[in-house]
Amino acid sequence: VSAPAAAKGFVLPKGARQLLRALPFLAPSIVLFGTFVFYPLAKSVYLGFYIENPFRTRQIYVGFDQYGDVLASSEFISSLLVTATFTLYTVVPALVIATFLAVIANQKLAGIAVFRTIFAAPLAASVAITAVFWLVLLHPTIGILNEAIENLGLARVDWLNDGGWAVAEHGGIGKLTSWISDPNWALLSVSMATVWMNIGLFTVILLAGLQTIPNELYESARVDGAGRWAQFWHVTLPMLSPTLFFASVVGVIFAFQAFGQVDIMTGGGPVDATNVVIYSIYQEAFENFRYGAASVQAIALFVIMLGLTLLQFRLVRGRIFYR
Amino acid sequence: MTQGLAIRWLRRVPAYAVLTLCAAVLMFPLYVTLANSLHPIAEFLQNPPPSLWPSHPQWDNYFAGGEEGGGTGGPGVTRYLFNSITVATIITLGQLVTSTLAAYAFAFLRFPGRVVLFAIFLATMMVPLEVAVIPNFQTIQWLHWTDSYQGLVAPFLATGFGTFLLRQFFLTIPTELKDAAEMDGYGDYRFLIHVAVPLARSALATLAIFAFLQAWNQYLWPLLVTNDPDMRTVQIGIGAETQQPFRINIAFANTIIAFAPMVLLVVAFQRYLVRGLFGGSVKG
Repeated sequence: VSAPAAAKGFVLPKGARQLLRALPFLAPSIVLFGTFVFYPLAKSVYLGFYIENPFRTRQIYVGFDQYGDVLASSEFISSLLVTATFTLYTVVPALVIATFLAVIANQKLAGIAVFRTIFAAPLAASVAITAVFWLVLLHPTIGILNEAIENLGLARVDWLNDGGWAVAEHGGIGKLTSWISDPNWALLSVSMATVWMNIGLFTVILLAGLQTIPNELYESARVDGAGRWAQFWHVTLPMLSPTLFFASVVGVIFAFQAFGQVDIMTGGGPVDATNVVIYSIYQEAFENFRYGAASVQAIALFVIMLGLTLLQFRLVRGRIFYR
Repeated sequence: MTQGLAIRWLRRVPAYAVLTLCAAVLMFPLYVTLANSLHPIAEFLQNPPPSLWPSHPQWDNYFAGGEEGGGTGGPGVTRYLFNSITVATIITLGQLVTSTLAAYAFAFLRFPGRVVLFAIFLATMMVPLEVAVIPNFQTIQWLHWTDSYQGLVAPFLATGFGTFLLRQFFLTIPTELKDAAEMDGYGDYRFLIHVAVPLARSALATLAIFAFLQAWNQYLWPLLVTNDPDMRTVQIGIGAETQQPFRINIAFANTIIAFAPMVLLVVAFQRYLVRGLFGGSVKG
């Protein structure tokens, strides 16, 4: 490559030549990442230093004051509490159900591929499609779940419009006990839809995990007289735990990114009962036009998700090593 | 012999029963949507709600979406599908091109700062769209790209995940192959196009299915950058249609129409999906 340049008596340093050769390959990605990932990240930090009037005609520099105000505000703490509850409601049940489905779909039976495909099908559903599927079940007038509940002699539930503890006036310890006694049905509704969606993904992940467990472990367990249940507790579960942990981190990250199902099913309501962090950012920025306050929340979310993603990376790397 | 076979099958009946029950429960929301998509609208405006078995399936609901306007101010599902296919295809092709190029540099070329730059590429996976959404929206406004395909696709044309996935694959290509190709006078581009890309077919397929599925299923970004109903993607179109009580059956039909192609895609490419899930993180 360097021969013609050398003949002219002008030679670029080796490093510069290497960079020139690599640059065309890297430039498209570098430009796009700079514009749509790193610049916005810096800009969000910057926007957090300013407050603005509703028409965004005037901005006032307030420095870190806005960070303190927003992060300590009862609205932000409430949306974190809703997000944490939502995370718990979506990750744990989805993991339990998906583990069961993955185990029964891991049997050697004719036609098992059909069942594996059905169990994976929710993976194909978007948040919008999932929200509609569950709206059909929970809708105030056409929802059939309430019909079924009534036929069982139980009271109808106002699924999407009952915020329970999240909207009731409870202070201190009352808030804690009402978490169970006064369910936030709206959040549970959005969570049920999300669990359904997660089941598809988790089953696929866990099935892949199950298939890496060596058969000899089960054989020696059987020799020791272990029944099916004992095999599950002493072989399957310990061997599957890294995969379960990986799936749960993916689920937590998804929970912190939840938006579409909330928007379609409840619109963040009633009051703020389903106002998860992303929805709160969306409302603050694109309904109240308070970019500064919204950016502070976005940065807080970034820090939380950064921690979660780093955890996930460690897990993925661990997997690659011992496979 | 035949008796033994029959007993073996009988012993499997409980296993199949459990599998079938689970499959039925899991598919129940899908079934109810399907049943409701075939009822005439009058059934939704009375009590009790529509039955689970449409005795006179109204298949017209599946074709009503294509009518111009349909009395809703929206252009109908045909247009939404067209927008979604266009956007998802451009994003997929864009990601394949940008990450193949970048992965080539990281796997085959030596240059100062390579390790640091690769770490920066990986770091992009830690910044979800949701965090960067406000400045990105401002950028798109500044470019006058709202209500355009450019605006819908631009933030998603590069991917740290894809670059990582392809680089890992390229590293498995023996250096002797690269050396031999150079001896034959293959330059970077010729080697990339004629040797590396054909070898990386399955890694490229993994990236393509992820990119397409993610792009198709996006919600927040298309909601922000489109106001014109003609530019809505199918996800946003469906979300808007569910708010219209007098067309709810058509909204259900459109939901099925939007879901079906993705199911086929996931079924057809399931093994690539599994590979990708463990190759890096997944963005929602």
